[in-house]
Amino acid sequence: MDIVNNRLSAAQYTENFADIHPPFETVDAALVEANRCLFCYDAPCTKLCPTSIDVPKFIKQISSGNVRGSAHTILSANIMGAGCSKVCPVEKLCEGACVFNLMHEPPINIARLQRYSTEKAMAARWPLFQRKASTGKRVAVVGAGPAGLSCAHVLAREGVDVAIYEREPKGGGLMTYGIAAYKVTPEFCEEEVQYILSIGGITIEYGQALGQNLTLEALQQQFDAVYLAFGVGQARRLNIPGEELEGVVDALSFIYTLRAEGYPAVPVGDKVAVIGMGMTAIDAATQARRLGASEVTLVYRRTQDEMPCTEYELDIAKLDGCQIIWLAAPKEVQGVNGKVNKLLCERMKLGAPDASGRRSPEPAGQTFLMDVDMVIKAAGQEPFGTLVSNLSLENRQGRVAVADKASTNRTGIFAGGDCVNGGREVVDAVQAGKDGAVAILTYLF
Amino acid sequence: MADLSTDFLGIRSPNPFWLASAPPTDKITNVMRALDAGWGGVVWKTLGSQVKNVSSRYSSVNYEGKRMMGFNNIELISDRPLHLNLREITEVVKRYPDRAMIVSLMADNDRASWHSLIQQSEDAGAMGLELNFGCPHGMTERGMGAAVGQDPEIAKMVVEWVMEKATIPVITKLTPNVHSVVPTARASVEGGTNALSLINTIQSITGVDLDTFVPNPYVAGKSVYGGYCGPAVKPIALKMLTTVAQDPLTSTVPVSGIGGISTWRDAVEFMLLGATTVQICTAAMTHGFRIIEDLCEGMNNWMDEKGFAHTRDFVGKSVPNITHWEDLDINYHHIAHINQDKCIHCGLCYIACEDTSHQSIRLDRENPYNTYTIIEEECVGCNLCQLVCPVVDCISMVEQRVSPEYVNWKEWQRRGLPLNDH
Repeated sequence: MDIVNNRLSAAQYTENFADIHPPFETVDAALVEANRCLFCYDAPCTKLCPTSIDVPKFIKQISSGNVRGSAHTILSANIMGAGCSKVCPVEKLCEGACVFNLMHEPPINIARLQRYSTEKAMAARWPLFQRKASTGKRVAVVGAGPAGLSCAHVLAREGVDVAIYEREPKGGGLMTYGIAAYKVTPEFCEEEVQYILSIGGITIEYGQALGQNLTLEALQQQFDAVYLAFGVGQARRLNIPGEELEGVVDALSFIYTLRAEGYPAVPVGDKVAVIGMGMTAIDAATQARRLGASEVTLVYRRTQDEMPCTEYELDIAKLDGCQIIWLAAPKEVQGVNGKVNKLLCERMKLGAPDASGRRSPEPAGQTFLMDVDMVIKAAGQEPFGTLVSNLSLENRQGRVAVADKASTNRTGIFAGGDCVNGGREVVDAVQAGKDGAVAILTYLF
Repeated sequence: MADLSTDFLGIRSPNPFWLASAPPTDKITNVMRALDAGWGGVVWKTLGSQVKNVSSRYSSVNYEGKRMMGFNNIELISDRPLHLNLREITEVVKRYPDRAMIVSLMADNDRASWHSLIQQSEDAGAMGLELNFGCPHGMTERGMGAAVGQDPEIAKMVVEWVMEKATIPVITKLTPNVHSVVPTARASVEGGTNALSLINTIQSITGVDLDTFVPNPYVAGKSVYGGYCGPAVKPIALKMLTTVAQDPLTSTVPVSGIGGISTWRDAVEFMLLGATTVQICTAAMTHGFRIIEDLCEGMNNWMDEKGFAHTRDFVGKSVPNITHWEDLDINYHHIAHINQDKCIHCGLCYIACEDTSHQSIRLDRENPYNTYTIIEEECVGCNLCQLVCPVVDCISMVEQRVSPEYVNWKEWQRRGLPLNDH
């Protein structure tokens, strides 16, 4: 078989990409779950939420019938609370901390309750936030991803006029372009962006890329401050022979195509190898299966103990029938007529802990060959190192260095999100945006 | 196997669980379903004056997802033809001779009406009569129901009329819509009643519709005070029952306990505080008659465990344990202890104590699970932390007497021991 698109029927695509976390279907279902919540004090769930959503409060508000208040509680802490309810790895955050786990009872379904309130807010377009009177200050935000939108929303609330410049034709960043479609649909992402913008005072110009048709100097001249939230770039190169062969693709572009052009448009191999074991690797592997690949194998150079994805995500991949090869690293992509047909891998073993504290993999001295027609690279993403250097920003291997959570070495220029942390969860980016807004407001007033 | 059978003034029933006079005992269909399910007896819904009901009739209080925590009704006494009720009573007595058949009565306010109703009920086969001096709505405006029960003199007079005529045991049912049930209970005993039952429903408004602004239950844009019952009223009923059980005069007659009984545990509590039988309505209206199975099995297992062969062996056993505040032992002291192995770090004990009690719990903040420990020297032993704790046996109250000697309030004052010293 070859790499082809349109492998399945419309009905099969619909079924394969149906919502993996369906919402509560009735008010009663939500109430039963909300009423289980103990309303903990100094709640562990809130403490493990990067945006510190007051979880017990918003759940109590569902119980009391104050759903509007519940949505406000969520969104005032996390303006992408609706999207996060679908994409957060809650098993290692709020739900993982739920005290019911300590009673060996199922934790409160926090994400689903959060979805309940925020979906109602979005559907009814509840105007939960009011802008303060205009301060006359203007801030430019580079990047309309979670960090940029979050920062913009806080600034808009405080009466600052915000102009966002976005490279892509749609806002939402990796929420829109980089996450499995069975978690969030592109349509939902677009609605979420529109809902965030409905506060007013925020404009977005699409097709604007810093370092290409946009300069920092121009922004500095026009605005009182600039917030950089341009994310991270291409997939990390494997740096092995054969990487340029047809059929070697980067996971984010694979997911991007799927989300931007629709399922039937995405070419997928019959036997697919996915390199990496992070959330993006899982999203790529499961979606390759769901697009019709008959064999998908995740290849990871360390063991399950070191994998970046959660157990829950690993289970999704396993349930989708993905194979996993632990302790193996790609050594060479082989092909015929310029197209991938084999992946040569090297067996690995674990040595001493590296800088991340995880034991680093070392070659074990054996190799093996896999029959594949597609290789998806999902071994992390590279920061926009060149861009960051060209902007004269202090950085750590291309990641913008910040002090006090958001201030760069250049006065009036702030940064946050993936371009600073190298690529983390949506919820981390939202918090970074809030931190950025606080730093900017302190700088401006 | 314990013996659950009861003998209430000669009225025998295989278990102490009677269905209270209420909608479930208004007609033969319901009553036969109940007796087939295993209920010990019924108090047939009140017979008496001519009435006409309205719609709707019921409303309830839900609490954090649990329905019918409290229940209220504005239904009147039986609105079926008297002759039909009487014929059905006869039929039930014939079919179920081993079950208690009490008939609730509320006649018009004259001797002749009461006598006529008593005669007809006895002729129908009633084993006992229950005088409805408690209905708080609809009938009171006509000088009946609670209007009788709220005035000891009127109650006594009506009981006397009844006792002139009745040849079967008479139970007087008391209204809780008074500052104390004892005066009417005493007046009824003085009037000759053979037994008491309590409580009837409590006047209430269960809530207001926040869209229409009309309180519940809704009748064409208006509402009225209804009679409140269900689990929420149990503690009030237990207190009133105990006051009757402690009074030297009223404690001489048997009592049928009523008020929010839902489980065998509730029933045992009523009996420990003096009830010989118990009457149930809301729990059956919430779940159906099948609840009788666990009512019997639960009580039976508890009696076996405690070594009680017969229900009469424990009736009233807890009455002496309700005393006067001034007789309580001031030197008794206990303090909370948190079992750290069971603690789930929810912080509910801490915030309750810190905000509303004595700041007796120490908080060590950690991520994500804080540690909570009791500051023993600050703890007054109030129980609040234990009450709010969601984990069974996590917080226990450990006895730490101030001194071994029993000293009550009177003695404390007499000795001039320190006051207001916390």
